Amino acid sequence: MWTTKTFLTKTKRGNVLKIVREHYLRDDLLCGSEACNVCPQKDDDIVLEAKPASICGLFDYSHYLVLDTNVVLHQIDVLEEDALKNVIILQTVLEEVKHQNTAMYQRLLEIIGNKKRKFYSFVNEHHKDTYVERKPGEKQNDRNDRAIRKAAEWYASHLSINNVAGQFPQIVLLTDDENNRKIAQEEGIVCCSVKDYIENVNGFVGLADKLSKNVMPESYSKDALYPAHLTPSQIHTGIRNGKLHQGTFHASRDNFMEGTASVSGYEKPVLLQGHIGINRAIDGDIVAIEILPKEEWSKPSDIVLEDKADDPGDFLEDPTLLKSNVVDTADDDITPTGKVVGIIKRKWRQYCGVLLPSQFPGATRHLFTPAEKRIPRVRIETRQSNLLVSQRILVALDSWPRNSRYPLGHFVRSLGLIGDKNAENEVILLEHDVPHARFSEAVLACLPPDDWTIPEEEIKKRVDLRSICVCSVDPPGCTDIDDALHARELPAQTRDGLKKYDVGVHIADVTHFVRPNTALDKEAASRSTTVYLVDKRIDMVPDLLSSNLCSLRGGEERLAFSCVWEIDENANVLSTKFHKSVIKSRAAMTYEQAQITIDEKSRNDDIASSLRILNALAKKMKQKRLDNGALLLASPEIRFQVDSETHDPIEVQAKKIMDTNSMVEEFMLLANVSVAQHLAAEFPQCALLRRHPPPPPANFHTFLKAARQQGFEIDVSTNKSFSKSLDAAVIPGRPFFNTLLRIMATRCMQQAVYFSSGTKTQDEFYHYGLACPIYTHFTSPIRRYADVIVHRLLAACVGADVTHATLLDTKAADALCENLNYRHRQAQYAGRASVALNTHILFKNREEIEQAVVLAVKRNALQVLIPKYGLEGPLYLPSDKFVYNEEENVQICGGTVLKTFDELTVRLTLDSTNMQHRKLVYQLVTPYIPGVSYVKENEDSNEPAMDVEVVDISETTNKRKDTDSKSTKKKKSKK
Amino acid sequence: MATLRVMDSFLMPGPDLLSSQGLRLDGRRPNELRRIRCKLGVFTQPDGSAYLEQGNTKVLAAVYGPHQASKSKSSTEAVVVNCQYSMATFSTGERKNRPRGDRKSLEMSLHLRQALTAAIKTELYPRSQIDIYIEVLQADGGAYCASVNAATLALVDAGVPLRAYVCACTASMAWHGGSPAPLLDVGHVEEAAGGVVLTVASLPSTGSIALLEMSHRLHSDYFENVLSRALQGCRDIEVILDKAVRDHLAEGWTKQDVVTV
Repeated sequence: MWTTKTFLTKTKRGNVLKIVREHYLRDDLLCGSEACNVCPQKDDDIVLEAKPASICGLFDYSHYLVLDTNVVLHQIDVLEEDALKNVIILQTVLEEVKHQNTAMYQRLLEIIGNKKRKFYSFVNEHHKDTYVERKPGEKQNDRNDRAIRKAAEWYASHLSINNVAGQFPQIVLLTDDENNRKIAQEEGIVCCSVKDYIENVNGFVGLADKLSKNVMPESYSKDALYPAHLTPSQIHTGIRNGKLHQGTFHASRDNFMEGTASVSGYEKPVLLQGHIGINRAIDGDIVAIEILPKEEWSKPSDIVLEDKADDPGDFLEDPTLLKSNVVDTADDDITPTGKVVGIIKRKWRQYCGVLLPSQFPGATRHLFTPAEKRIPRVRIETRQSNLLVSQRILVALDSWPRNSRYPLGHFVRSLGLIGDKNAENEVILLEHDVPHARFSEAVLACLPPDDWTIPEEEIKKRVDLRSICVCSVDPPGCTDIDDALHARELPAQTRDGLKKYDVGVHIADVTHFVRPNTALDKEAASRSTTVYLVDKRIDMVPDLLSSNLCSLRGGEERLAFSCVWEIDENANVLSTKFHKSVIKSRAAMTYEQAQITIDEKSRNDDIASSLRILNALAKKMKQKRLDNGALLLASPEIRFQVDSETHDPIEVQAKKIMDTNSMVEEFMLLANVSVAQHLAAEFPQCALLRRHPPPPPANFHTFLKAARQQGFEIDVSTNKSFSKSLDAAVIPGRPFFNTLLRIMATRCMQQAVYFSSGTKTQDEFYHYGLACPIYTHFTSPIRRYADVIVHRLLAACVGADVTHATLLDTKAADALCENLNYRHRQAQYAGRASVALNTHILFKNREEIEQAVVLAVKRNALQVLIPKYGLEGPLYLPSDKFVYNEEENVQICGGTVLKTFDELTVRLTLDSTNMQHRKLVYQLVTPYIPGVSYVKENEDSNEPAMDVEVVDISETTNKRKDTDSKSTKKKKSKK
Repeated sequence: MATLRVMDSFLMPGPDLLSSQGLRLDGRRPNELRRIRCKLGVFTQPDGSAYLEQGNTKVLAAVYGPHQASKSKSSTEAVVVNCQYSMATFSTGERKNRPRGDRKSLEMSLHLRQALTAAIKTELYPRSQIDIYIEVLQADGGAYCASVNAATLALVDAGVPLRAYVCACTASMAWHGGSPAPLLDVGHVEEAAGGVVLTVASLPSTGSIALLEMSHRLHSDYFENVLSRALQGCRDIEVILDKAVRDHLAEGWTKQDVVTV
């Protein structure tokens, strides 16, 4: 079937180069229509129906739609609805869309891939009858429009061949370009604008709501609020001659009128303030920035500001309230300040949120408040506002014209009722871009049968460890057990006469089931990690694997990948072996059970003795690690007790840490390090490793300042000295102080990241937090994809498996790492969001008075942490009572000075007045400040369950001011 | 160091060498050759000559000999095949300064010699020499292949006894919907996309391979796949060359006689 037809050349002029490309035109391309009598197509080639029913009132005959590029680019949400069928997507359109917007292109491909939608992609550019050559002087756009018209015309005449008039579908061209429509009409092509077509569609309610309101954003308008953006060519020359800079815009979480952009050439991110300074940039957009002259530079405002207005109409707030009153140019807080002058690329996605209905009944224009605080409100048009008010909805952005205070968008779909658990979880997952759809049929087809058992020949290939006493230790309720351990004393001794132990870590052999390049593998790679929400787990691999076949359950034979060491009494590793194995876990224990087994002197069975060996070794290993400079960091972690019926949280408690926790952790660390060393030696170019870069000294600035106020000098020059000085920073009588210091230290750290060994030099491999030169993840392949890759690499090293091409490709590995890091981060954020959601539910109908600690002092608020719940939030201070001292970073009111690390008591309640951002309100209780602190109205009610601190408060409320001064004095004397 | 690293890793071409409909950038399917046009006996001066176009790659070949070899090169066993590969200064997008004698041209000359020696019945002409001159007029990917194919035609035109036609073809790797789809006869655009390029010169009628060269590392899983595609290309080219020779002979005898008489 080798055909070359008419041969044409396509010329493309660059700067000086003349490029001549071949362009083959074919006669074997099919039209994809069932009504066609000419094309030699088989049944599976046919996409378009012979007689599609018309859904549009304007056209009462059956027809196919041909779309213009702009229709696809702007109205993809309409296309994604099931309403439109029998659509022809021309290659011209496909290529233009791909060129302009890859995300849009992917969505379009997905629609085309869906057989039910009957979208046919026709290769008009290579069809001998539809190819159009660019005329001299003709613009590319005009040529493409002509190509689209030509294809539409061809389809119409092609379908009419050998067909009775009126019996075959007509062609309707959808385009929003008026010019194009005019020419098409002259050429006899039926055409229509999208708006007219969609508004006349019968039987699909709400379709018109999804129409994008695309306004040319830069077009001249009389009452423009914002300065116009520069054109792409102006931006291009501006960047080239150094007047403009390119950067990604990050909106501030705390202040809607402020944002930053990191720009190369400036150490600090460039500050952008006020509506004009931000000029319609939305978080994530790539923008062009003009740096203001030095005397106009200012500092990040330390004010917390929320967009509260109820649709004030189209005017902008005065940005002056951002500016701090004293601008001292010598101050080192002064940051380069600039303004956005153009948008290089919009990074808009779909946003979850709620509708803020208009006050006027029957209005169609409403405001939408996104759940993400960094995204401004959006104006949308809908007729279903009554229905949508109580729901979580998804909205897409369309444009932001100069004369509109808010960007314009349109409704995409509803996620469910506000407050409904599933809808709220869905919001969390969508906002964090967590892939959470059910596993597809193709993925499930890769799974072994439910009753799969280990075949004999598989056992023969592996080391049989079924006779060894292996056990697993995990948190309670864990169903995806991916690690198990064993330890036994060896009869031989080392030369120095020390005891020798045989210790093994056995990891679930997920790669036996997840084979490379299968649908299952691809899905797992795309998910990258299992995401844990408080009441829900979004698995990386289907349940059959994650909680059955790969889970190392007690008493069942399982495939494992083992890492076995010989370790001497002093916890020195003498030798390391890796092999695939078969194990039979003797017991799957919780941390608590394991601890009891160790402590119970009377137990002397195999499990108890091996646990005791492990525990003893782990303690020595931990000590060694700490001596090396590993950091012990803390983050406020809590566990919810969940109601078994409603899945609502009932109570929270801090996670308990036992010896056995750290025992398991130590051996997992050892396994990971051993594997990392082995891989890096075997695969210098493509080993998947994990590194933790040391934090830049600037990160520690505020942390050190706060510690100094408490009288501690923390040495952050190396991780070793840092660890040491953290250990020394203890205030007797305030046990939580050290933990708090560690929590704050954690915030100064950078994220640990996955990388491919071919992309970094050897000394960049260092893991700062663990203080080890090389590290990777090997021990949780059920819930992390990185471990799956590491397993494959290691299997290839030890000859248990073969390599495959993508595994050894540095570039592919790099791309994979990027995705892993992204998903990993998003999963963490999603987890935190879920905790926040559940705390809100917990506080729905209660109020609590709790101890709190000040984490940071802002100009109008204190950032406080409630250790019991791990909650963090702003405690607003009225500016008429409090004076903010910038130098010392303290808030002063009369005799009371509030600064970082101060302990307070606060009252917690849930503010549900705004359904969108339900938030916890923190109110000051002690130290008592009249007019600010919360005073309980009913003083008699005493709560028996309250601890000592709270009793103390009720005293203060009784005695008012005099005790207050005493209590502050008390605190000072503690230092 | 940086270049070393690139050489050391497996290179994957961009994913968009094949469109979702399975067509290549220029509209071919993966298993299709570019258009080949060729003509024998384009010059009267040399003993044999040919012009060959493979897509936009255009090559001239001229053969002199067999004639007496110069003393230094002469061999008592077989004929000495002397090749010279040169690229016209206007053959590439940017003007070349040195048409021949640079490293690349020398390497090409060597490779040509290897492939052509394999096809010529060298044992028939001891103490003689055959000179083959190749001039690339336009290079648009696969210049080596076009050179080999043109040289074969020129040798046939010169009446040098050959074991078989020697044909050369390239193949590369691309993915279509997740499965590997080797591309035949790689053009310049596809070459520049950074994928592996496998060049094969073979004698399709005997099934032997005269030369095999690969630009980057390729995982062994795919090698068979790519090689068989390239060999298929060689067979397709042989058919085209054979037809050209037959056409030339059918129409050409009379004309050529007139010229020589």
